[in-house]
Amino acid sequence: MTEKNKNLIDQKLQNLNNDGVDRRGFLKCMAWAGTGLVWTMSGGIPMSRAFAKSHGKDAGKGGDFSFVQISDSHIGFNKPANPDVTATLQTAISKINAMPHKPDFIIHTGDLSQLSKPSEFDTLDQVLKGASAKQVFYVPGEHDMLSDNGEQFLQRYGKGTKGSGWYSFDQKGVHFVGLVNVANLKAGGMGSLGHDQLEWLEDDLKGRSASTPIVLFAHIPLWTIYPDWGWGTDDSEQALAYVKRFGSVTVLNGHIHQIMQKVEGKVSFHTAMSTAFPQPAPGKAPSAGPMKVPADQLQRVLGITDVNYLVSGRSLAIVDSPLGDSGSSPSGNAGIPFAAVHSIRG
Amino acid sequence: MTRKNVRITGLAALAMIATLTVVGFPNVKANDQPSEAATEVKIDNFVFGPQTITVPVGSTVTWINKDDIPHTTVSTDGVFKSKVLDTDEKFSFKFTKAGTFSYFCSVHPKMTGKVVVQ
Repeated sequence: MTEKNKNLIDQKLQNLNNDGVDRRGFLKCMAWAGTGLVWTMSGGIPMSRAFAKSHGKDAGKGGDFSFVQISDSHIGFNKPANPDVTATLQTAISKINAMPHKPDFIIHTGDLSQLSKPSEFDTLDQVLKGASAKQVFYVPGEHDMLSDNGEQFLQRYGKGTKGSGWYSFDQKGVHFVGLVNVANLKAGGMGSLGHDQLEWLEDDLKGRSASTPIVLFAHIPLWTIYPDWGWGTDDSEQALAYVKRFGSVTVLNGHIHQIMQKVEGKVSFHTAMSTAFPQPAPGKAPSAGPMKVPADQLQRVLGITDVNYLVSGRSLAIVDSPLGDSGSSPSGNAGIPFAAVHSIRG
Repeated sequence: MTRKNVRITGLAALAMIATLTVVGFPNVKANDQPSEAATEVKIDNFVFGPQTITVPVGSTVTWINKDDIPHTTVSTDGVFKSKVLDTDEKFSFKFTKAGTFSYFCSVHPKMTGKVVVQ
C-alpha cells in the first residue's frame, strides 16, 4: 500500500479512463476480511476508503463526521476459510480503534450471527463493546432472523424501530435510513422490503429538503447484482423512486461479502466486505457459498476479483467520486451498464 | 351371479396373479427402488437435488443440508416447515396425501423444489 495510492478516490479519479477501472485502485479497494470501510462525510458527500489506507496522515481529515460500516460478521461460523470469525471481527474493531480520526458511529449491515443463536449475539456484543465508537446501528441479515422471525434481533438491536426493524435517524444534517429486506421472503424471490416498509419510507422522506444527503442501509443489496443468487431486492425500485429527488443518495449494503459499486444518477451504491469469509464473484462458482481458501491466502483471494456493474457514460470517474455528488460528478450518464473483472495477482 | 360368471372371475383373478407374478412383481420392485433412493433430497450448493421428487403416498422425504451455510425447507402453502438446518442436519416430512407440494428455502428463496406425491 503505497503513499501515492492511499486515497482510493483520488487514485481512481486519476486513473480511470474509457477502457475500464484502474486495477491498482481496485486492489487497494480489496482489504481483507476483518476490515471494513470508513466513510467520511464531507459537505454531505460520503467518500469511502479501505481501512488499510486509513492510517495515512490524511486519513479521516476534513470530514464533518465519519462512520464505519462493518458487515456480515457471521458469529458462529467456524468452517473454512475462517474457523475464527470472532477473531477477525476483533481485528476489524481494533482497526477501527486505531484510526486516527475516530468515527462517530458504526453501522452493521447485517448477518451479525450465523444461526441467530443467543450465544452468537452475545459474542458479537462483547466484541463490539471494545469499539471506540460506542454507538452502533444495526439492520438484520437473513442469518439474524432464522428461527424466530427476528424477534430476538429486534429485542436486542431494534428497540424503537418499526415493523421488522426499520428506522431512520439524523446525524449532522445527513438523514440515515436503516431498511430491512430479509423478512418474509417469498419463494423464488430475492430480498424484499414489503408494502408497509415502503409506505413508511415514503412518509419518512416526505417534507425533507432535496438537499438533505440521504444514506440508505440494508443487508441485501438494493440494486440487482446477480438475480440467480438472489443478490438484489425485488421491490427496491420503489424505495429508490422515493429518494430520486434528493441530491445525494448513498446506499450501503452487505450480504455478498465483497465490494461492489455502482453510481446511477445521484444514487451511489456500495456493498461492504464481510468480516468473516469471502464469497465468490457473481457466477464464478457453482453457488454463493463461502469461498474456501487457505488462511494465508485469504487476503489474496479477496483481492483477486471484483466485478462492478456501473452505469456511466464515457467517464468512469463517477464510480468512486464522492457519491451522488451532483456538483462534481461527470454528467451525461448514458445509463450504459459497465462490467469489469479485475484479476489482481502478486 | 351365475356359476359361469364366477368361474370367469376366478380365471381373471388367476390371470392377474399370474401377471403380477411374472410381470407385476418385478415392476413393483423396480418402482420401489427409485422412490426409496430418492426420498432423500440433498441440499448442495444452494440447490435442492433432485429439484422435483416423485414419491408414493405415505412416503417420508428427508432433506439433508450438505452446505456450509444454513438452509430451511418451507412449504409454499404452509404444509410443512423445517427448523434451520445447519451443515449435515436433516428434516423429514411424511406425505400422506397425493398432490404437488412446492417448497423453498426461506433464507435463500431462490432455492425452490417440488415434491410430487402420487
